[in-house]
Amino acid sequence: MNWLALIRPGDWLVMLLSAVAVGASIPVFWQGGLADRAIIRQEGKVFAEVDLKARKQYEVAGPLGTTLISVEPGRARVVSDPSPRQYCVKQGWLMRPGEIAICAPNRVSVQIAGRTKVYDSISY
Amino acid sequence: MTRSVIDHASGAAAAIHGEASETGKACAEGAPNAWRGDAGPRPEVTQLTVTAEDRRVAWLATAAVGLSLVDAAIPSPLPGVKPGLANIVTLVVLARYGWGTAVWVSALRVLAGSLLLGFFLAPGFFLSLTGTTLSLLTLGLARHLPARWFGPVSLSILAAFAHIGGQLLLARVWLIPHDGVFLLIPVFAAAALVFGTINGLIAAKLLAEPAPSDTPNV
Repeated sequence: MNWLALIRPGDWLVMLLSAVAVGASIPVFWQGGLADRAIIRQEGKVFAEVDLKARKQYEVAGPLGTTLISVEPGRARVVSDPSPRQYCVKQGWLMRPGEIAICAPNRVSVQIAGRTKVYDSISY
Repeated sequence: MTRSVIDHASGAAAAIHGEASETGKACAEGAPNAWRGDAGPRPEVTQLTVTAEDRRVAWLATAAVGLSLVDAAIPSPLPGVKPGLANIVTLVVLARYGWGTAVWVSALRVLAGSLLLGFFLAPGFFLSLTGTTLSLLTLGLARHLPARWFGPVSLSILAAFAHIGGQLLLARVWLIPHDGVFLLIPVFAAAALVFGTINGLIAAKLLAEPAPSDTPNV
């Protein structure tokens, strides 16, 4: 049984259009809530709100020392931090809204914000 | 004393048997009347006549429910991404017996499938119901496409997209009222395309074979 014989000309058209729609949906839905800003907090208070457009570095002072934060177009990260376990440094680049790197011992955090507010989780 | 008890007992047994056989006869005599739909001795009893159409719907729905169970048994990497094998039945029914029968078969499949899998009236049931409703409406429109150009594969893909679209909309409105749900659209849409095509091909193959006699084994 030839399976291809079961596909009629219009079916090819539908398959093609659907494939195009699927391909087009990827940028629409996966970059829609693009990272807009990075919010840097020190001791829980906002230290700086940065537009993720330019390349820039921030030095934030904490109880242990200085946390170095790097901002690039569309992403941000903690470059160095005096905290003993380096969790926030190892997290690497933050790119999606809602992502956050917390250097708890030094009381500094970087959070990415998009157009809409993102929740960690919602329950009812 | 013992003897008389036994006598009595056997007499009682005979009486019971006699009564039972009489009742049985009454039933046997009453039954044909009732079966024919005559009011008979008990006019308040409503008789349901089972037509060949009913039997056909029941059989097809059984096949669909069976495929739903197979569907549920297949492990899935993401909840919601399922082959939707039962849609093959819907497509074949739509082509052979029309839209009305397809609606019946689908509705029975959703109901019986959810009862068997234990999610009747749970969120999954309403997701399933919404998806099936939208996909049936889409099929109702799409079946008017010229059959020369658009076969079961087209119908299957369109139905799959409608199905996942309905589920996502309900999920967004009711279950997860946050736009984060839409992050799943590319994955679901790709799955709908792949499984829609496969199901459509299977349905086309089944439809290419000669129609089986109505109501097998009945």
